[in-house]
Amino acid sequence: MSAAVLGIELAYWQSTLIRVVAGLVAVLLLTGGVVYLYLFKFVSFMQSRLGPMEAGPYGSLQLLAEVGKWLQKEDIHTEDSDRLVFGLAPAVVLSSTFLMFVVIPAGPDLVIANLGTGVYYVLAVSALSVLGILMAGWASANKYALMGALRAGGQLIAYELPMVLAVLGVVIMAGSLNLQDIVAAQAGGEIFGFSGIGNPYVLTQFVAFAVFMIAVQAELTQTPFDMPIAESELVAGYQVEYSGIRFLVYFISEFATAVAFAAVASTLFLGGWALPTSWGLSAGVMNVVGPLVVATKAVLLVGVVFWVRFSFPRFREDQLQKLAWKVLIPIALANILVTAVFKVAF
Amino acid sequence: MSGLVLATETTFDVPGNVAFAVLAVLMVVAAIRVVTTRNIVHAALWLVVVLGGNAVVYLILQAEFLALTQLLVYIGAIIVLFLFGIMLTRAPLGKSDDLDNNQRWIGAVVGVLLLVVIGFSLTRSWGTDRLDFAAYDLPQVSGVTGTSVQIGGSGNGRTQALANEIFADYLIPFEVVSVLLTGALIGAIVLARRD
Repeated sequence: MSAAVLGIELAYWQSTLIRVVAGLVAVLLLTGGVVYLYLFKFVSFMQSRLGPMEAGPYGSLQLLAEVGKWLQKEDIHTEDSDRLVFGLAPAVVLSSTFLMFVVIPAGPDLVIANLGTGVYYVLAVSALSVLGILMAGWASANKYALMGALRAGGQLIAYELPMVLAVLGVVIMAGSLNLQDIVAAQAGGEIFGFSGIGNPYVLTQFVAFAVFMIAVQAELTQTPFDMPIAESELVAGYQVEYSGIRFLVYFISEFATAVAFAAVASTLFLGGWALPTSWGLSAGVMNVVGPLVVATKAVLLVGVVFWVRFSFPRFREDQLQKLAWKVLIPIALANILVTAVFKVAF
Repeated sequence: MSGLVLATETTFDVPGNVAFAVLAVLMVVAAIRVVTTRNIVHAALWLVVVLGGNAVVYLILQAEFLALTQLLVYIGAIIVLFLFGIMLTRAPLGKSDDLDNNQRWIGAVVGVLLLVVIGFSLTRSWGTDRLDFAAYDLPQVSGVTGTSVQIGGSGNGRTQALANEIFADYLIPFEVVSVLLTGALIGAIVLARRD
């Protein structure tokens, strides 16, 4: 990786600072945009209402108003709660979310850290959020919170497996764990000799894509997989005792994780930042266009997640576990087998 | 004295060793807290610090895949399983006095004994070997240059080497471990089934 930006040589700390700040701005902007676009407007239109209209033009500043409200609220906790663990839990969840963005590439040179084991890193880091959720549920000193945390723990572990197995199909196709390599393999690939659109794996790995998106929906604990925070039976699950800025942290991390998984999915299955090689765009152009391409794909995929969330009723706990262990995992395993056979045969 | 001579050599990795020293202190403190804390959930959470520190040690040794496996398996699965089990059965908040017993001295003796045995055998076997950090390249951006896209960059080199070792030289031990784990899994199911 070159440390030169626009021909200016930067020291290590300078380039690191730029990467971290640019990464944070991009993540928060995308997250805020997704919240406004889907949580405020999309669902309102689905329900034949306008949604927030007062703060800013078409209610576009509503989120800032909400953030201001949360920041002013008193930071309360229950009498018996374990205050240290209670306070640490949102930080664990948020850092797990932000660390996911580290390896997601947005252009030939636009990646915070181009790890050789990119996909594996994303899966490993995203698994850490379970820890924060269990900590939150236990430290809240609330039965609903503990129940919610246990449900979340069981669900996240169950759906991590199909997710990892679905990603393996893509890794076999691309022959690499590195996300830049996977992007390059899709941009330069061809489907039965036709290279006009490259080889976005959503076409050749559609089974893996479906399994991955279902697992993402469950990992995000979005409806129909929202047993852990089921409001009709558990109030709000592990988040029930959180208020003010700590609730804000959970809120941000919920939607930032949605953006992160959507960005990973668009990198793995929709070609990421790249446009097909046969279109002949130079690396310089792609450094400008790439972030827009991958952001558009990611926002569209978040849209799918929220579309499903607002359309379907909740799974029962046993149905939810059955779907993971008896349907998704066998399908993902069969997909790996078939992919490997095809990879060797052709 | 030999340590000082070692530290002046050009291959000596100063930031790596400073990071290791800080981590080692942190991990030892956390490990002691695991056994001295009076709250069982706190013990599991201190164990997270120890195992996470272990992952960072692997990173310092440039074993990226191993470090991530440590995170995914130990923190993401095993500790979560611990916490899950504790919380399903009995996880009181606050201090519980029945977590301590009178076997502290035996524990300390066994710990020191293990340290001596493992430390001696390690220094005896690999005492003069040194990891040459300068010999390893950092993962490179694989060739996305201009309009030509090349596949299969160097970013996966060490992971590929690990895979080659496991699936060529160590294939039989690997498969035997798999069979063992499957056996354990079936045993667990048999024990858990009531009908």
